[in-house]
Amino acid sequence: MANTTIATPSSSTLKTQGSALQRFLQATEIDTRLLGMIGALLIIWIGFQLTTGGLFSGLFLTPRNLWNLTVQAASVSVMATGMVLVIVTRNIDLSVGSILGFVGMIMAITQAKILPPLIGFDNPATWIIALAVGIALGTAIGAFQGMIIAFLNVPAFIVTLGGLLVWRAGAFLVISGATVAPMDSTFRLMGGGAEGSIGATASWVVGVIACVVIVASIINSRKQRKRFGFPLRPMWAEYFLSVVGCIMVLIAVWVLNSYYMPVNLAKKYAEAHNIPWPEGGLQIPLGIAIPVLMAVGIAIAMSFLTTRTRFGRYVFAIGGNPEAAELAGIKTRWVTVRIFALMGALCAIAAAISTARLNAATNAQGTLDELYTIAAAVIGGTSLAGGMGTISGAVLGAIVMQSLQSGMVLLRIDTPLQSIVIGIVLVMAVWLDTVYRGRAK
Amino acid sequence: MTEQRTPLVEMKNISISFGGIHAVDNASVDLFPGEVVALLGHNGAGKSTLIKILSGAYKRDAGEILINGEPVHISNPRDAKGYGIETIYQTLAVADNVDAAANLYLGRELRTPWGTLDDVAMEAKAREVMGRLNPNFRRFKEPVKALSGGQRQSVAIARAILFDARILIMDEPTAALGPQETAQVGELIKQLKREGIGIFLISHDIHDVFDLADRVSVMKNGQVVGHARTEDVTKDEVLGMIILGKVPPKAIAGPGAMQTA
Repeated sequence: MANTTIATPSSSTLKTQGSALQRFLQATEIDTRLLGMIGALLIIWIGFQLTTGGLFSGLFLTPRNLWNLTVQAASVSVMATGMVLVIVTRNIDLSVGSILGFVGMIMAITQAKILPPLIGFDNPATWIIALAVGIALGTAIGAFQGMIIAFLNVPAFIVTLGGLLVWRAGAFLVISGATVAPMDSTFRLMGGGAEGSIGATASWVVGVIACVVIVASIINSRKQRKRFGFPLRPMWAEYFLSVVGCIMVLIAVWVLNSYYMPVNLAKKYAEAHNIPWPEGGLQIPLGIAIPVLMAVGIAIAMSFLTTRTRFGRYVFAIGGNPEAAELAGIKTRWVTVRIFALMGALCAIAAAISTARLNAATNAQGTLDELYTIAAAVIGGTSLAGGMGTISGAVLGAIVMQSLQSGMVLLRIDTPLQSIVIGIVLVMAVWLDTVYRGRAK
Repeated sequence: MTEQRTPLVEMKNISISFGGIHAVDNASVDLFPGEVVALLGHNGAGKSTLIKILSGAYKRDAGEILINGEPVHISNPRDAKGYGIETIYQTLAVADNVDAAANLYLGRELRTPWGTLDDVAMEAKAREVMGRLNPNFRRFKEPVKALSGGQRQSVAIARAILFDARILIMDEPTAALGPQETAQVGELIKQLKREGIGIFLISHDIHDVFDLADRVSVMKNGQVVGHARTEDVTKDEVLGMIILGKVPPKAIAGPGAMQTA
């Protein structure tokens, strides 16, 4: 709008103004797709904020809702990072929800039934043994499915469709459909909640470390480019990226630190820590939840894996042209096996998060999660035709999905209607993406 | 004189069949250092299949491959690259969605001491090699998909010569190119030849390759019709070999030659 009011008669000024945004994007090298997704997320958030009581009194953009949102998105977000690699190589994994259910059940049985008679109840090692068993099992299941896909040439769709049925039934069979509870107290920290959060001080520390890492990586990348005499980003762009990155991290920490323990929990906490209960009540900030930290850590690790390692390069090369990758001497079959094994391991971590959060394992756990995971990856810009996708996009996709769900719950929309909305959003997101790609060509 | 030297590559009595069809039947070809051998024949004559056996994409059913006189075992593309055999495929075989540097180093990435990809070093080297091949090439940051046919071709060629190839296989190297780019590829072939690299040129169109080649080997229905030095035969005689399997007097007849009796 500003453009039209100050537009001068000469078209050349208009042109330079039009390209000012382009020049800005070019200088900062910001991915426009990612920018678009963040924009869409903001629209969704503000939309829910307005419909749940207005801009300043809405229920959506409250520390409490946002804190819950991060915790609820963690499990799907962890799996979506792996699903990106699966879809990039033109495969699909329909079994992730069932693997989550089965592995979660095995981890629960390990810590609730098998370990207590052996090493005693609430042994400090219980959680780590249970988690290790789960990750090993998840990896093995994934690798097994991957081998059938890679070496027996059965399409991934079919293998994982079989897996969907097999592992779901397995979760039922191992304990005849019973619910296993409770979980080990340390294991439970992975589910978040009042205990499973790191508190205000530690959250600020994490935030500051993240800022240091952002600045350091920008400096390092500049150094690398200098070393080979490549074109550098203008200095103002470097400053801009550093400042915006740090501000966003610190705002996130501030929001999560603004959610205080509910009164009765705070009372319990005060009793347990011998803090006298003051007149106006205690305001104990929860800070970042442990599952959220895990999800962020995994997202960073997976981003690193896809962009900085040989394995990641091969994944994308196979997705772009499987034949060329094979001819270039890449062991494409083994890469496929490793992708599915990794997917299995991520399912196990997601299973730990969701089992810990529920403080129980049921045989229905993770039902339909495969669809949410695939939807998150696809909304995040992963192309089903293969060869394209980013981890950050998938994480954003998971947050978009979770935002829609939480928002509709706040609006008290019926469950079937929620599904309808999510289904429509998925189709629209992919359509918009197709349009964008068509233009980009 | 060349006959006394050990051939760089010798493929002897190679056969391969797919589901009962003899794609290549008892074929023998050889190649000397600094020599360009054109492998000619109709579509489906078996020339691409024969050469894919050398580059490790297919496994032969029978026959042997000698490199510098030593029998070698090639069962996948990595083995072939280990012997300095580089191939530029008809389909170019580039990964469309990654950039030029990533394609040049695909399967042989440069890594930092920490084991991560050294993209900056790869891009620097890519700029150097591409600068030599195609000085107009500027688009290093874009996925190969965005490049023109000629630019993609230069990426594929750069990849082949980047790793000190001794034997270069070019399958229809100019099929996707305009006249100017074709001339560039011709120049490049002469340059590589001077460096002592042996080159197999595969084509179904003899006009593309006749002037570049030192010798021609003609295939028909999976069999070798014959070999000839290009100075000893005319284009028409070679066409006769391709179409009819008729071997001119100065050429050496192979098992696929037309029986004159």
